[in-house]
Amino acid sequence: MSALQPSDLDRPALARGRSAAADTDLKSVSAALRRAEFGDRLRSLALAAPLLVLLALSFGIPIVLLLSRAVYDPTIAEALPKTTAALADWNGQGQPGDAALAALAADLSDNQAKGTAYELAKSINARLPGARSQVLKTVRKLENAGGQPPLDIMKSVPFWTAPGTWPAIASGTHRLTSFYLLSALDLRWNADGGIERVPPEQAIFLQVFMRTFFVAAAVTLATLLLGFPLAYLISSVPKGLAAILIVAVLLPFWTSILVRTAAWTVLLQKFGLVNDLLLWLGVGSDRLDLMYSRMGLIIAMTHIQLPFTLLPIYSVMRTIQPSQMKAAYSLGARPFTAFRRVYLPQVFPGVMAGCLLTFILCLGYYITPALIGGASDQLISNFIANYVNVELNWEMAAALSFILLVFTLALFGIFARILGFDRLKLV
Amino acid sequence: MSAGQAALSASPALAPSPGFVEFNEVEKSYDGRTFAVTRMNLTVARGEFLTLLGPSGSGKTTTLNMLAGFERPTHGTITLEGQAVDRLPPYQRNIGMVFQNYALFPHMSVADNVGFPLSVRQMSKADIAARVGRALDMVRLKQFSDRRPTQLSGGQQQRVALARALVFEPRLVLMDEPLGALDKKLREHMQLEIKQIHTMLGVTIVYVTHDQSEALTMSDRVAVFNNGAIAQLGSPDDLYNTPQSSLVASFIGENNTLEGVVDRVSGQECRVRLNGGGEITALAIGVAQGSACHVAVRPERLSLSASANGGNSLPATVDGRIYLGDHLRLLARLANDQVLTVKVGPEATMANGETVTVSCAPNDCRAFPADAGTGGAIPKQGK
Repeated sequence: MSALQPSDLDRPALARGRSAAADTDLKSVSAALRRAEFGDRLRSLALAAPLLVLLALSFGIPIVLLLSRAVYDPTIAEALPKTTAALADWNGQGQPGDAALAALAADLSDNQAKGTAYELAKSINARLPGARSQVLKTVRKLENAGGQPPLDIMKSVPFWTAPGTWPAIASGTHRLTSFYLLSALDLRWNADGGIERVPPEQAIFLQVFMRTFFVAAAVTLATLLLGFPLAYLISSVPKGLAAILIVAVLLPFWTSILVRTAAWTVLLQKFGLVNDLLLWLGVGSDRLDLMYSRMGLIIAMTHIQLPFTLLPIYSVMRTIQPSQMKAAYSLGARPFTAFRRVYLPQVFPGVMAGCLLTFILCLGYYITPALIGGASDQLISNFIANYVNVELNWEMAAALSFILLVFTLALFGIFARILGFDRLKLV
Repeated sequence: MSAGQAALSASPALAPSPGFVEFNEVEKSYDGRTFAVTRMNLTVARGEFLTLLGPSGSGKTTTLNMLAGFERPTHGTITLEGQAVDRLPPYQRNIGMVFQNYALFPHMSVADNVGFPLSVRQMSKADIAARVGRALDMVRLKQFSDRRPTQLSGGQQQRVALARALVFEPRLVLMDEPLGALDKKLREHMQLEIKQIHTMLGVTIVYVTHDQSEALTMSDRVAVFNNGAIAQLGSPDDLYNTPQSSLVASFIGENNTLEGVVDRVSGQECRVRLNGGGEITALAIGVAQGSACHVAVRPERLSLSASANGGNSLPATVDGRIYLGDHLRLLARLANDQVLTVKVGPEATMANGETVTVSCAPNDCRAFPADAGTGGAIPKQGK
């Protein structure tokens, strides 16, 4: 076998040991082998090609384009071409001078003429909170100038000479920007060119990320605690009963996530079934606020995620032969020792895979927190959706998505590092 | 400690050597109606190699599992060294077990697998290493101690399982068809290896198999199982030469079976009128006059000659010859079209179609009652 490895054949030392005829033979064999394998590879690639093209067009390219908006934002540079030129050699210290003010006035008038002044005001506002009204006010003043020089009008608005205004505009004229990514982590550039935390009253995203990770971790833990014993039960009962149990587990899985979430809103209401039951059992004296609460959110998400955690664990448990535990007992291991040293290490890859799957899916939950969670239970996906659909600030949405993606990939990398990709049994 | 055990240790010389393992009226039922094991009485002596032999579903594995502690008898008691073990969980019985599928722990190295029973007994690391080394030496796998079980061949894996079951010096080792997954050549080699280890260590082994040649090769005694009960218990040559039922006769080794009716019984012998013509004299094994019977005779106990020469003789024609190197196997067709297998020396000259006489001594023919049938079945008893 190894004699046919091309790398061996290419080594002259080896070739010298053989007769010239044998050498030629082997060379032609390896060439034929390579030709045959090339054809096979081409065929398998051709079979996969339609899917690859579809994935690239519908998945890969849109994601790259959207994520690139987190760092590439030409809106201000394109809306303010004259200002961009005037600020090209400003050192960022103090005020940029009258030339820049005049250029900005001209750009603002141009935008008003093109009808894009409102868009521009919004773009600047995204970087400089409160700028929208100032920009629109200035635009109106410029329009109704009545012979007053534009430069005077600009100077009459204190906003344009306030500290902090021009650094923000100057950073906006760069097409490549780190502004959104920093904002997504509650960071910003300070006047000295360093990175600082935003003031606490503006900080929001780190807290949302923490909340998202907390909820995901809590749901993962809950599904593991519920799913592990159930998976063990299913793997140890006779086949017929196991099939029924599997269907019972999968039944909610086959229902739309929207329907399941709606069902939970019915159950969890203040005057819903769960509260009725708790009251009837005498567990609490008062009705609980399960709806619009973190607790209710975790309950509903746990229900939806249970099959995702359970199935990988079950699929691994199924492969462990009963004789493994019998052997451990006969060798003197008590049930707990046998479980810890023989059973658990073997199901561990399945447990990790199930938890990883649930954790990552939880990071992207959107409908359930929107419907069941309260105002303080909105996860990062709800913010991303808000930026995409309501605020129309796709740059911010892209930045948040990017940070989420990086966190998720890092997590996946850590898992894979602990386990090795080949041991991660997802199915 | 039980009273019996205390009495034993007080006066070992006076006590009659009791069974090392004793099954006393043991029954096992899974559904309350049918019995996997019925009224089992079985004694295993210390240091013995006892094989439970039988077709699948005959109760041999259930018997082994009850001894190991994986299943509890529904009736009766099992004692081990005089101590009742029925309520003892498997991990307190100190019994080593080898499984058909090896049951090695795939996430542990070979050395950790073998060291597992020692580490759960909280032995020191140095002791474990020394004992694991010796055990792996015994099965000649020392150089593989760092490998994973999946990197070994089937035979090597079973040797690791063997080392693991022996390393903690259990008082008893159970083997549940341990060679079933190996090919023929390797199986025969492993049979000798297990036998050698048994002789060397003097450990008591209870071995389950459905392969009769394996049972004959390895065992001191063999218990032939059928329908949840022991059909016959004895040494390999007992079972081969003096089977007590038609089932044992046909299950152990090769046999020709002739059907007939008992004409008369005189002492140990009986005269049998064969179905389809001819009469022979055979040893009577529980047959009654006038009843249908099966006469079993081994192929090597039959001989062929040109003419009758005393004893039992039946006319036949040679219907085929199979050359097997050390011997020749001739197929002899009787008048009633039944074909007997005859084992003769390779120098025999009989040709196909030749008319011959098949003969054998009455002592080599054993007549069993036919009503017990080929199954020799012990009927299952409900309660």
